[in-house]
Amino acid sequence: MVRINVNGEERQVDVPEDMPLLWVLRDELNMTGTKFGCGIAQCGACTVHVDGTPTRACQTPVGMLTPDSRITTIEGVKGKAAQAVQAAWQKLDVVQCGYCQSGQIMSAIALLTDNQNPTDQDIDAAMDGNVCRCATYVRIRAAIKDAAQTMRA
Amino acid sequence: MLHHLIRQAAQHGFGDGLSPVPLPVPSRRGFLKAIGAGAGVLVVGAHLPMPALAAEAAPKIIGPADPRPHAFIIVAPDNTVTVLAKHLDKGQGIVTGIATIAAEELDADWAQVRGAFAPADQKLYANHFFGLQGTGGSTAVANSWDELRMAGAAARAMLVAAAAARWKVPAGEVTVSKGVVRHAASNRSATFGELAEEAAKLPVPQQVKLKDPKDYVLIGKADLHRLDHISKTNGTAIFSMDIRRPGQVTAVLARSPRFGGTVKSVDDAAARKVPGVIDVVSLPVGVAVIAKNTWAAIKGREALTVTWDDAKAETRGTDAMLADYRKAAEKPGSVAANKGDAEKAIADAKAKGGHVVDGEFVFPYLAHAPMEPLNAVVALNPEGGCTIWAGSQFQTVEQMVVAHILGCKPEQVKIDTQWAGGSFGRRATTNADYIAEAVMIAKAYPKAPVHLVWTREDDIKGGRYRPLFLHRITAAVDAKGALVGWKQRIVGQSFMAGTPFEAVMVKDGVDATMVEGASDMAYPVANLAVDAHTLASPVTTLWWRSVGHTHTAYAKEVMIDRLAKAAGKDPVAFRMEMLKDHPRLAGVLKLAAEKAGWGQPLPQGKGRGVAVHESFNTYVAHVADVTVDAKGQVKVDRVVVAVDCGEVVNPDVVKAQMEGGAGWGIGHALRGEITMTDGVVDQANFDGYLPLRMSDMPKVEVHIVPSHERPTGAGEPGVPTVAPAVANAVFSVTGQPLQTLPFSRGGIVS
Repeated sequence: MVRINVNGEERQVDVPEDMPLLWVLRDELNMTGTKFGCGIAQCGACTVHVDGTPTRACQTPVGMLTPDSRITTIEGVKGKAAQAVQAAWQKLDVVQCGYCQSGQIMSAIALLTDNQNPTDQDIDAAMDGNVCRCATYVRIRAAIKDAAQTMRA
Repeated sequence: MLHHLIRQAAQHGFGDGLSPVPLPVPSRRGFLKAIGAGAGVLVVGAHLPMPALAAEAAPKIIGPADPRPHAFIIVAPDNTVTVLAKHLDKGQGIVTGIATIAAEELDADWAQVRGAFAPADQKLYANHFFGLQGTGGSTAVANSWDELRMAGAAARAMLVAAAAARWKVPAGEVTVSKGVVRHAASNRSATFGELAEEAAKLPVPQQVKLKDPKDYVLIGKADLHRLDHISKTNGTAIFSMDIRRPGQVTAVLARSPRFGGTVKSVDDAAARKVPGVIDVVSLPVGVAVIAKNTWAAIKGREALTVTWDDAKAETRGTDAMLADYRKAAEKPGSVAANKGDAEKAIADAKAKGGHVVDGEFVFPYLAHAPMEPLNAVVALNPEGGCTIWAGSQFQTVEQMVVAHILGCKPEQVKIDTQWAGGSFGRRATTNADYIAEAVMIAKAYPKAPVHLVWTREDDIKGGRYRPLFLHRITAAVDAKGALVGWKQRIVGQSFMAGTPFEAVMVKDGVDATMVEGASDMAYPVANLAVDAHTLASPVTTLWWRSVGHTHTAYAKEVMIDRLAKAAGKDPVAFRMEMLKDHPRLAGVLKLAAEKAGWGQPLPQGKGRGVAVHESFNTYVAHVADVTVDAKGQVKVDRVVVAVDCGEVVNPDVVKAQMEGGAGWGIGHALRGEITMTDGVVDQANFDGYLPLRMSDMPKVEVHIVPSHERPTGAGEPGVPTVAPAVANAVFSVTGQPLQTLPFSRGGIVS
């Protein structure tokens, strides 16, 4: 049994310790908002927060986490940055196929939690690990700036 | 042309790729002619020669008893209006698009409008361009324009009739606006929901009057949100990857590392010992590991020992294949276009003070790599047949193929189409591909619903690529700088060969999808010769966002810049001179050039390039601005797009497709390539097949030509011209034409 804390709730799962957090969330806990895109931390579709840090769930063996690690997924995000980011995404109709967007949003929330006035270079650095094959990057950048403005206001 | 041919091919039937089965296709030949009528007032029954079609196009308005009728519009007592999409939405926004068209004529309030995917049903939901239910060729809006306006108008008329009957007033005195039906004189009103059940009992009207475009309140308006803009930002949108049926198991499939290889022997002892692995089954398509969860299935597959038989496999590397392409290119191919005497015109130009330009272009294999790796869930049904949950793009083909595998009737194959996490052409296959695999596994393991999951490695190594292509072009301008001769040879693979489409898609040895955009180029070259060699390989290939135009437009537009330079002409002016008889192409070229500031001087190291092309009946021009730094490294700074796709249903969705199309084109031009060594694909994941990332993405400015022409598509046409515009921008700085893709091969991008 592995004990983890997801979105403030303690969960017990009967899985091998090398199972990546991604599959624990998706297959064991039925939390499918976190997506499988590459499995090797190259696309960011599986981004969650572990103690506030954006983390690729596909390369995080669940055994490496402790019951005290606070895991936040797209289903559980809240707070000022999360609200501002999701509102901006909706206002600008960022999504196309939408499959990468949970991960994009998790990375954007982490960026704006630390930096409410990101430059284009800051956005590149924070978001380059998140691939969007629909290439919604123009709107992701605009939405991050829009959310930053909301947060500063 | 593509649409017409697919339609014919559909009548030849689809099988599992081995034994085609007959596919009856209802004749709809009259329909295409009928929808050629202009926009404006249309009367159902008068313009459409087939009464059956009018009935199909009309909606049923139903109560809560039937949650999913075979229709386009459901007005429910809870006052929601659900528009059923027979097309797959893989990000291009078609659910929003068709809902907009229907809601406009219905006079619904956008806030009450929902979208849902229609079931698989060829009779009700065939794409009118194909004759089968399927999405592709940027046809969805063009297909739906009349159909959904008529359906919306009919539903509106039924709601009006229900209100008139309830209030005992003349229908002519009843008005509808934003989802509310009113009788002003008696000050009565009712919502759609309140009238839904009564309206459902009324007959479908035989005649409907469509709106004048000047009265549109939804179509063409920029402030409508996509119907999926919330569910896709909070993790609640469901893709087939997210389907969880009771008792569901997960399967991954070990496939031959070489295309065309087959299973020789399997040792599954170690795989069966992996905790969570339930079963291992050998199939004609590979060896499936079935497990309790995805991780166990992946670990189980890693523990398999499979020996492959490569007797019929591709064992060449891409360098060897290219060498074979070059050998083939030495000889004439099958003729795709032959006007005048290109050979003589080129020789004459050379002799009389003109300029001859030669170019060899190499285009690599490219994977689609949609963000959602391919997957499908299959549950066998006790009464026969099955239910499939998938991002299904060719529903009718899938029904036929699956029926063949299971030995059931096509209508016993139920498809519950889900939001698709991208496709770019990948999900539309002629043999149902990954869905057929999932069904074969479910047939071998009938105890539980099976979720077949492809890993990213399966996807990148799994073929169905945009084919490898070689183009050789010789073209000439005369002493006055007029384009007088063009000779082009195209060498590549046909993805139609070996499919039920072959008989009609390949004419006189030429696959139409190899030469589209070249043999029919808009530039008026009096002496044009285009031919093609189709070389076979077990490497599987497929259409890839904008199909043949991905390479033909590139080669053409890069050559045009070289010819303009040889003629001493400005690239925009050179093109404008030649597009006098193509006002819509000239229109987008002029608009893009103006908006980009064409002709204004640029600082050292900055370049600007242009390209213009028609594809899928849509006209697009790109102007690209680049920086070439002191080390010769290229960065794309800005792209200006002008697009003419007729009447625009959702301007913001078209804008998004142009932004995304630009990124798609640039990303693959920069670094995209699939290569093989001894028949084994060298790339495996996004660390080798390098996708466009945020820091690569230029600014994109989109300008849409206002138009009341019939709407055409936007999903694909934004792709073909962006890469040649970038190449031409680099050419303007360095003088070096970029003729080998991707650009990373030339060391100009890291």
